[in-house]
Amino acid sequence: MQEAPANPKREDVCPSKQRELGEVRLQIERAQGPEFWRSLEELAGSPEFQQMLHREFPKGAADWVDEVSRRGFLKLMGASLALAGMSGCTKLPLEPIVPYVRQPEGVVPGRPMFFATAMPLSGYASPLLVESHLGRPTKIEGNDLHPASLGGTDVFAQASILGMYDPDRSQTITKLGDVNSWSSFVQEIKGPLAVQKGLGGAGIRILTQTISSPTLADQLRALLKMYPQAKWHVYEPVNRDNVVEGAKLAFGRPVATQYRLENADVIVSLDADFLYAGFPGNVRYIRDFAKRRNPDGVMSRLYVAECTPSSTGAKSDHRLPLRAVEIEGLARALLVAVTANSPEAGTTAEYAKFVQVVAADLAPHHGSSLIIPGDHQPPSVHALAHAINVALGNVGKTVVYTDPVSANPVNQTESLRELVSDMRGGKVDLLVIMGGNPVYDAPADLGFADALKNSNVGLRIHHGLYQNETAELCHWHVNDTHYLEMWGDARAYDGTVSIIQPLIAPLYAGKSAYELVSALSGVSDATGYDVLRAYWKGQHSGGDFEAWWRKALHDGWIEGSAYAPRTLSAKLGSLPAAPTSEARTLEINFRCDPSIYDGRFSNNGWLQELPKPLTKLTWDNAVLVGPKMAGREGLKTEDVVTLELAGRQITGPVWIQAGHPDYSVTVHLGYGRRKAGRAGTGAGFDASPLRTTGAMWFATGGKLTKTGRTYKLASTQGYQTMDTPNGASRPNVRRATLEEYRHEPKFAQEGTPPPELTLYPGYDYQRQEYAWGMAIDMTACVGCNNCIVACQSENNIAIVGKEQVVRGRHMHWLRVDAYYQGDRDNPKAYFQPVPCMQCENAPCELVCPVGATLHSTEGLNDMVYNRCVGTRYCSNNCPYKVRRFNFLLFQDWETPQYKMMRNPDVTVRSRGVMEKCTYCIQRISEHRVDAERETGGQIADGRLQTACQQSCPADAIVFGNINDPNSRVSKWKAKDRNYGLLAELNTRPRTTHLAEIRNPNPELET
Amino acid sequence: MRLYGIMAEFDSPQGLVEAARRTHDAGYRKIDAYSPFPVEDLAEAIGFHSNRVALVTLIGAIAGGLSGYLLQYWIATISYPINVGGRPYHSWPSFIVVTFEMTILFGGIAAVFGMLALNGLPMPYHPVFNVPRFAMASKDRFFLVVFATDPKYDAAGTRQFLESLGPRSISEVPS
Amino acid sequence: MAEQTDQAANRQAPVISPGYTFGTVTDKISSIVLTRPTSNGWFVGFGISFLLLMLLLYAAGYLFVRGIGIWGVNIPIGWGFAIVNFVWWIGIGHAGTLISAILLLLRQSWRNSINRFAEAMTLFAVACAGTFPLLHLGRPWLFYWLFPYPNTMTYWPQFRSPLVWDVFAVSTYFTISLLFWFIGLIPDLGTLRDRSENRWARITYGILAMGWRGSARHWHRYESAYLLLAGLATPLVLSVHTVVSFDFSIGIVPGWHTTIFPPYFVAGAIYSGFAMVLMLAIPIRKVYGLEDFITDRHLQNSAKVMLATGWIVAYGYAIEAFMGWYSGNSYDSFTLWNRLHGPYAPWYWSLLSCNILFPQVLWIRKFRTQPGLLFLVSAIILTGMWLERFIIVVVSLQRDFLTSSWGMYYPTRWDWATFMGTIGMFLTAMFLFVRILPMISIFEMRTLLPEAEVKAE
Repeated sequence: MQEAPANPKREDVCPSKQRELGEVRLQIERAQGPEFWRSLEELAGSPEFQQMLHREFPKGAADWVDEVSRRGFLKLMGASLALAGMSGCTKLPLEPIVPYVRQPEGVVPGRPMFFATAMPLSGYASPLLVESHLGRPTKIEGNDLHPASLGGTDVFAQASILGMYDPDRSQTITKLGDVNSWSSFVQEIKGPLAVQKGLGGAGIRILTQTISSPTLADQLRALLKMYPQAKWHVYEPVNRDNVVEGAKLAFGRPVATQYRLENADVIVSLDADFLYAGFPGNVRYIRDFAKRRNPDGVMSRLYVAECTPSSTGAKSDHRLPLRAVEIEGLARALLVAVTANSPEAGTTAEYAKFVQVVAADLAPHHGSSLIIPGDHQPPSVHALAHAINVALGNVGKTVVYTDPVSANPVNQTESLRELVSDMRGGKVDLLVIMGGNPVYDAPADLGFADALKNSNVGLRIHHGLYQNETAELCHWHVNDTHYLEMWGDARAYDGTVSIIQPLIAPLYAGKSAYELVSALSGVSDATGYDVLRAYWKGQHSGGDFEAWWRKALHDGWIEGSAYAPRTLSAKLGSLPAAPTSEARTLEINFRCDPSIYDGRFSNNGWLQELPKPLTKLTWDNAVLVGPKMAGREGLKTEDVVTLELAGRQITGPVWIQAGHPDYSVTVHLGYGRRKAGRAGTGAGFDASPLRTTGAMWFATGGKLTKTGRTYKLASTQGYQTMDTPNGASRPNVRRATLEEYRHEPKFAQEGTPPPELTLYPGYDYQRQEYAWGMAIDMTACVGCNNCIVACQSENNIAIVGKEQVVRGRHMHWLRVDAYYQGDRDNPKAYFQPVPCMQCENAPCELVCPVGATLHSTEGLNDMVYNRCVGTRYCSNNCPYKVRRFNFLLFQDWETPQYKMMRNPDVTVRSRGVMEKCTYCIQRISEHRVDAERETGGQIADGRLQTACQQSCPADAIVFGNINDPNSRVSKWKAKDRNYGLLAELNTRPRTTHLAEIRNPNPELET
Repeated sequence: MRLYGIMAEFDSPQGLVEAARRTHDAGYRKIDAYSPFPVEDLAEAIGFHSNRVALVTLIGAIAGGLSGYLLQYWIATISYPINVGGRPYHSWPSFIVVTFEMTILFGGIAAVFGMLALNGLPMPYHPVFNVPRFAMASKDRFFLVVFATDPKYDAAGTRQFLESLGPRSISEVPS
Repeated sequence: MAEQTDQAANRQAPVISPGYTFGTVTDKISSIVLTRPTSNGWFVGFGISFLLLMLLLYAAGYLFVRGIGIWGVNIPIGWGFAIVNFVWWIGIGHAGTLISAILLLLRQSWRNSINRFAEAMTLFAVACAGTFPLLHLGRPWLFYWLFPYPNTMTYWPQFRSPLVWDVFAVSTYFTISLLFWFIGLIPDLGTLRDRSENRWARITYGILAMGWRGSARHWHRYESAYLLLAGLATPLVLSVHTVVSFDFSIGIVPGWHTTIFPPYFVAGAIYSGFAMVLMLAIPIRKVYGLEDFITDRHLQNSAKVMLATGWIVAYGYAIEAFMGWYSGNSYDSFTLWNRLHGPYAPWYWSLLSCNILFPQVLWIRKFRTQPGLLFLVSAIILTGMWLERFIIVVVSLQRDFLTSSWGMYYPTRWDWATFMGTIGMFLTAMFLFVRILPMISIFEMRTLLPEAEVKAE
């Protein structure tokens, strides 16, 4: 990409601006919830704003409003209230960054370019490719060359693009809430630092989140060298202390555990949700797991003993619902059973049978079995898991030990405790909080917020993406750069170092952590790029650095930086005594939220509106209660209850969660934010007040009381079973056990009408060059929700806000239905992704009065937005209910950031028109053009991927040309398991599903 | 002053019909009868037997039906054929309804406007309205008029003849 | 049905009370329009209706500004009140055409005294119905895309869609009804022209009467045109609700995809239509003292028609239920179950009692002759028929094929405002009609008098 001219100090470009900012902000504060988009429009029209705008720019700059050119955008960004903090300063990064795959020379307008970068989350990098249109990142894909991704992503990465364009991000440096500048910040800290120099930095405390970046770690260590007395603390609410401590117990040192699921035939999960975003390596694990779940080849077996029902539990062949506190007992029993080889020696608990059978199943799979402990289980469980894996000889085969990815693998809870006591002890003069939001999410018993406010910490600096609860209590706030705006590096779960390339210059003149730290160490004008290059130059030994560097940027990671496996000997003498099985008191579980993690994504509309895997809840968290307990306590979904633990209280609405064990409830973290932004503030309730250093993940002795009030929850799937109330059952998800399948392979296809069953002469699709089709393997699908967000991002799908979701108007083109079957206390659960079925005999087309939806020659069910008048008849007549309607103006047509974010190849729909999955027709056309231009022939199979398919870590979605018998999709559709949903209606869906096969252990089948 | 015709007024439809018949039998042809409601036999009493409203309606109906079907056929198969849910372009069963409605519509319009046209309506002015008593023709009186244009017409004779029919009154219709 | 009412005719009160002459009939009816002072009651009633009409405009205005989302519709329930009300109003309209056309062909002379305002009712009801398909569009301003007209897109409506059939059926129905009603008015307009003292009234009526002078030739053509029109309107009126029922039966939604729909919709239409006729006739004849023209005979006959059509409707429900079970189709049988036990079961049960249970009192003579009671029963039937449409539209959509996409429908206050608004529109038009046009066909009443007989020799 071309060099863009360097620009002067960004904050000096628009000195006059800041005055009006206050009242503009006020106007925005007033707007709440979904309406705030509306208020944005009004504001953009308000005279004050127009005035401000004209002071900013030559008259007429605002006339760019509907000009869809890049220059239009850049001007507009200044004109936008959201960018009020700065003016049209955005441009390409100063430094050359290396395009991926496509030719780097210049930008072909209308042709996207792909750049490799990585998203760090709690220290773990997800390697990515980012699609960029004329310098605007628009879509996140997985880095298919990277072992940790293989093309897949997780929901957080998919949605991070919205995070970058979030107009609520902190847009300027502030001092005591007033706008300020980097230069004066640098001036301001000189003094205190000088003082500290004398004291050897005894008063300096740096609080970071988990950091795996070699460069940043190196910088911090260098800083600590300058100030030997200074301390570096690490804290994240969703930390892996248990893993670290467990490793110390087992091996006497912190090690990271990696799993090789592709070698595992029997997998036992001890409360580990390793198939969902947030679990380090989940993307790769999902791929490997799915590979090994092939009913037509080798099929592994998964046992899950868990408390909170998770998608991992949903995919298991056997799920044992246990209160989290009982898992340890199970683990011990399992260890005994496995080592002593005498199952009955295990236990007397009600899960004795389970233990026996599992142990019996594990024994023959020496070296091909695997025990995975959950991060929220205590160290002892991790130690036990290590012991069992060692005993089963899995080490080196299905389990690999390496150095920890975190550059500072301390016990974070303890680290924070120490910091707080130092603050209270008046030992802290200069506190730098880099990232995170401890005021909101620190354990309640530490009283971090109170310590920050009331202890006399001389200078408190907060560095982050948002003006959040913590920033409020700090003197200075330095606005951070989003990872898509900055240079950096981070380690993936396997240790490989990924280089973080910026896709766009900082929208709001943010400063990356690298730049902040170098400023602290006295170098205020070093750019992240300089720092990064300097470090790696130092690391790089011999060879041509430029070529090496270029390759690293191009591939997205540094070759050979993966950690080598370590061979360790487990010493299990030192296990703490088993917890005495305590009385039936209420257990409260804390879990990071499947959609907004620990709250850092709470202002991300896509994630807020992303239906959580099992509950399908949006915009809220809830108190998950098992059916048994609900029955005993007389609770109904949406009853508001008070949870009490050690004198602390929270209140939240109940959600009755099938499969949740009795005497145990689960609350999710990350909600109830006071200062998150328009989307996040006030959504849900805050669970952290109950969370203490003693019980970060679960605690017993809780109390639950009804308040008598109720609270509306927004779930996108009201009815979650295939059994109709009249006792019948519908074969939406066709399923069988491995035995049944082998015995009757075509079981899924019964009821499918023969093709000749019609009065009409069929349309001759065979003549066409292409006939598009899709197949979805439900055995592989783990309900990770990626496809939903990928689709939303690719196709400019609007979010609608909680109130509209409640009314049943969410817009997701692709949904993942979750069904429970059987015993509500421990149901089997199934996921079924449902995009548009692209029926050949589409019922929707027949009834459209204006021919706004019709069939293409290649078999696509096309939707012509600008012809649609909105009778909604097509949706009524769609048996799959995959059509979505713009009941109101759901799209935000004003905020410039979103204009930049949108996929320029996809129409932005307006009010009153129907929309639905198009099989990513824009990608089809693009590839057709490419194929004709490059080879003059057909699109090569596998080259064209739909957004959902590309992002799917399980490789459960295949799309392609069914006229080509050798295409992958044709092969899938030829499988016995292949069936058309509701095919009995003779709709002839082009999207078909492969029936779900489970591999239960006959021993446990009752 | 030229006369338009001579008008005889009657009390009952019975009287009018008989008078009309006798006038017609007497060889008068250019005559007309007026009543506040349709009176049976009156039309043919003055020698008016058939009208062409039915024919007009039939033509209209056929035209409507044809145009309706052809329009759909042309649109679906020639002008802009599209593949709708795998249905054939010429899916005639779906075209029946509109064809039917068009038949009715055109037929109905033809009937009404045909009738009005044949009746020469609207006609804002007509000499008979010059006779004050004629206002009663829309209430409870019945009138018979012999037009001056009738070959057999002569002012005196015709008046005599009409009086012989025992009308309630006789009045001259100025043109 | 025909002979049933014929026998009734022999037994019962005359169509018009004795002692009237051509003159008195004319005076009595035309005086309501020409001489009688407008009563305060009229002003009050009109005022209220007009306010409701304004409410409709307000609701529609807000709808255009915000979008269809102000209503309760959603996915899966894409159609709500709008379509329910559309079908309800259209149905009501049918009675008018039935009375004026079908009863004419059946030589039911008793129709003469009620056909005029029944036809007016048809027009206004169809107008109310017509507003809904327009308002319920996501982009109402593009409604004209449903008509085939040459356009720059060189694109056309999609004639396989029942909605296009609807457009043709409803607009044809409205046109034909309007023509039928208007030519029916011409002779009476002539009467008003000749009788009004007020100059402007005379001019206006004169223009409308188009110079009608009651010539025998004109009457002759007039009558054949009228008869032909009746002949055309008869299949039309049957087709209109059939086509409306296609909106549902062409769809694949369980609860919609049923062959019984056309006859059962038509019967239901007439059922509700006569209920509305009575709800109008009873107060009108009381207020304007027209008991001599709209006699107990008319009430009785209408009541009997309602009994008959009510049973056809009941048969429809029975068949629906039977097929739900007999088809062995799990989706259909569940739809039946859902109506009986689902979240909207109360609505279904009240529908059954309103349409089948209560109307049975009409077997009792007293209920057929007591205007008050008859009025009450009619109100119940109209409610029942509205509920029926609600059940068909909403409850079928609410739980269709995939359990995952089941939903609920809650009407918003804007749904109600629009519905009430159309009622206001209907009544406003009705009030104006009775005030400025003869609500009973004068010339046809004249033909009912004994002296209208002409003995052929």
